[in-house]
Formats: sequence, C-alpha cells, structure tokens
Amino acid sequence: MTTPLLKTVLAIIRKDLRAELRSRELVSTMVLFALLSVLVFSFALELDRNARQEVVNGILWVTLVFASILGLNRSLATERELGGMDAMMIAPVPRMAIYLGKMVGNFLFVLVVGLVLLPLMTILYNVVLVQLSLMLTLMLGVFGLSAIGTLLAAMTAQTRSRETLLPIAMLPVIIPLLLVVIAVTSSIMAGDEYLGWIGVLSLVDLIYLVLGLVLFEYVIED
Amino acid sequence: MSAIQSMNMPITTEIPTAPNRLWILTIATVIFTALGFVFAMFVAKTDVNQGDIQRIFYFHMPSFFGALFGFVATVIGGINFLRTRQTRWDNLALAGVEVGLALALINLATGSIWARPIWNTWWTWDARLTSAAIMCLTYAAYLMLRGGIENPEKRRMFASVYGIVAITTAILTLVIIRIVPSSIHPAVIGPSPQNAEGAFEFSQNVAMALGPNFIIWGVLIPLTLIWWRIRLQNRVDVVNLRKAEALSE
Repeated sequence: MTTPLLKTVLAIIRKDLRAELRSRELVSTMVLFALLSVLVFSFALELDRNARQEVVNGILWVTLVFASILGLNRSLATERELGGMDAMMIAPVPRMAIYLGKMVGNFLFVLVVGLVLLPLMTILYNVVLVQLSLMLTLMLGVFGLSAIGTLLAAMTAQTRSRETLLPIAMLPVIIPLLLVVIAVTSSIMAGDEYLGWIGVLSLVDLIYLVLGLVLFEYVIED
Repeated sequence: MSAIQSMNMPITTEIPTAPNRLWILTIATVIFTALGFVFAMFVAKTDVNQGDIQRIFYFHMPSFFGALFGFVATVIGGINFLRTRQTRWDNLALAGVEVGLALALINLATGSIWARPIWNTWWTWDARLTSAAIMCLTYAAYLMLRGGIENPEKRRMFASVYGIVAITTAILTLVIIRIVPSSIHPAVIGPSPQNAEGAFEFSQNVAMALGPNFIIWGVLIPLTLIWWRIRLQNRVDVVNLRKAEALSE
C-alpha cells in the first residue's frame, strides 16, 4: 500500500519549507550570493547606461543559475547527510514523488531569489524588470533549472568531489534552457513578440521534467 | 567472490581475442578511409569561390555525424543498462562517449581550419560553434562524473543517466542554426541562415565526395572504434578479475 503521489509530494514540500523557515539556511545564502553577484558584475563590467540595457538579462540569469547550483547542492547534500533520503526511500512512496517534492521545493527557493532580484536590479541598473511577462519567464526558467538540477544534484551529492561536480555536470546541460530563456527575456525587454519563445521555453521545461521523472529513481537507488 | 559476481563481470579469466568480423571491418574501414580521402582531395572538383579549403567540409560534417553516432550509442547503452543492469551496455555507452568526443573534436578542429580563410578567424562566438563546444564539454563532464564515483555499480548507473541527459546538447547543436537566425554557420541540408558565410552549392560533384565520406566518418569509423573500445574494456574487466583472484588467494 503506497501513499498517493500528490499527498507525498505535498508532504515533502511541506517538510522542506518548514526546515527552511526554521533554519533559513538555503534562501538566505542564495539571496546573499545573488546580491553579491549582481554587485560584482556591475563593478567588473563597468557598465554605462547603454551597456546596462544589453547585459542585464545575462547578469540576471547567470546569477540565478549559480544561486540555484548553490541551493541544489545544499538541498540534496543535507538530505543525504541527515538521512532524509534514506527515510524517504524506506517509506512506501513512489520514487517519482521524492523527485517532484524536492524539485518543487528547490523551485520555490530559487523563485524567491528571482523575485528579490527583479525589483533590486530594476533599482540598481535602472531597467524596468518588474513586469508580469518577466515574472512568467522567471517562473518557467527557474522551473527548468530545478527540474534538471534536482536530478543532477541527486547524483553529484553521492560522488567523491560532491559540490564541485554539480556545476561541471549542470552548466553544459542547461545551455539549451539558458539560450531560450535569454531570448525570451531580451524580446520582452525590447518589446518584441515573445509568445513563441515562451512556447519553446515550456517545451524545454517539459523535456527536463520528463527526464527527471523517468531517471530519478535510478539515481537514488542504492 | 560474490562481490565480484554482483559487479556483473565475466566469469572467465581468458583474455578475449578479437573476432574475424572485427578484423574485416577494421581493414575495410582503413581502406575506405583512404579512398574517401582520395575522393575528397582529388576526385571532387575545386570550389569556385572557396578554392581547395572547401574540401575540408568532406570531413567536417561527416565527423559531426560520427560524433552523433557515438552519442546515440551512449543513449542506447544507457537505456539498456538501466533496464537490464548488464555491464556490457555500460561499456557500449562509455565507448560511445569516448569515440564521439574524439570525432566532435575533429569536427571542431576542421571547422576552425576552414573558418580561418573563409571567416577570417579561427573561432567566433556564433550560436552553432558555441553549442558544439558546449556539447564537447558535456561529454567531458560525463567522463569527469565517471571518474568521481568509486562504486562501480553506482558509476555505471549515474553515467547512464547523464549520458541520456547529455544527448540534448547534441540535438541542440544539430537544430540550432534553424532556431537562431543570426548564425553565420551555413546549413548543408535546406536553406542556410540569412547571415551564413561560406555556403556553397550542393552540386552533384559535392554529393559524390560527401556521400562516401559521410558513410565512412559517420558510420564506419565510429563503429570500428567503438567495437575496439568495448573489447579493450572487456580486457580491463578480465585484468580486474584476475587481480581480485590473485588478492583473494
């Protein structure tokens, strides 16, 4: 008798959110990192007003990618260290539910970082980023990052080099997502038609999600 | 001993010898590669606009498809390993990555040599060039991932998963000139992007030299190399088995 999928997923999400509310470890680290990254970029690139417009979406997404790598590493490593993963494996729940639960949790945490970044970068770079369409793009982009990232982080958390391996494994694989998401963001900011690109972005998300759903059970097997 | 058997290793400790079929294939590949070279270099006529440098295309595009052949073999090996847990499928996946990566690097190198006179640069951050480089990095990451896992069963499992995920970058490289219209890389099949530099007419003359080389570099060479690589892996397994036996005595 296994617990139904949705119930399990919600339970895992609730667990992650509660742990996060009490420790405030993940989101605070990621937000702090994101702030630093945005500042470092603005110094490193010595942006003038025109250059800002062009690179701001790149800065946004590079920062989000690195922040999500940071969060994913912690999220899955903690689960291993504290025996959470073992407990979930013993529990009579579908393996897919573990993936979905962890994935949605990571998605929410990175989304918070993104939602902090949008108004902040609007102020710092003087480019209007607080738009409904950009928030939709943000959600879809972060969803894709979490979908493939949770799968890969579950693997790299079990390797010898751990934290160092996730960026190496993840960065090349998310290039398709990054390419599309940057295209959406720049078309929105340039005021062009972007709905077609949103479709492509959703397709990439769907591919990552399916890969994660199908392959995750092999990754956590002992 | 039970630990060794659970690792799915062959029970025999004899060094496997290559079958005749493999030798025939190898000799055929060597002969055909030489013939393909002659076709590309001497039989095909010189391009009107680009001159002799255009001949490198006969190796450039086929070697990409050879890489794709290897990476598809990795996906097949990965899926079958996850299904059956037989080591031989993982050996196929590993061979596919190594051979595919080598051919992908040949693809990059020949492209670079061609681009020097045609684009006046060795490298440019064009969409397709970048994605081809990313594809190489993905498979380099595959090899690093394998190196980072000590437990052989887990290593095979993770490598299978990553090998399946990694094919997305190869597919992206294939389709990117259709979705990024600003690419300067010419398309061989169908219309080239608007900004493509260095496209040439796909004449009968081109097809005559491309056809054989496509089969040679796209199928024969990767197939032969993958086969040899699997045999090498089998030998490694036998050596490991003997080592384990010697230690247990």
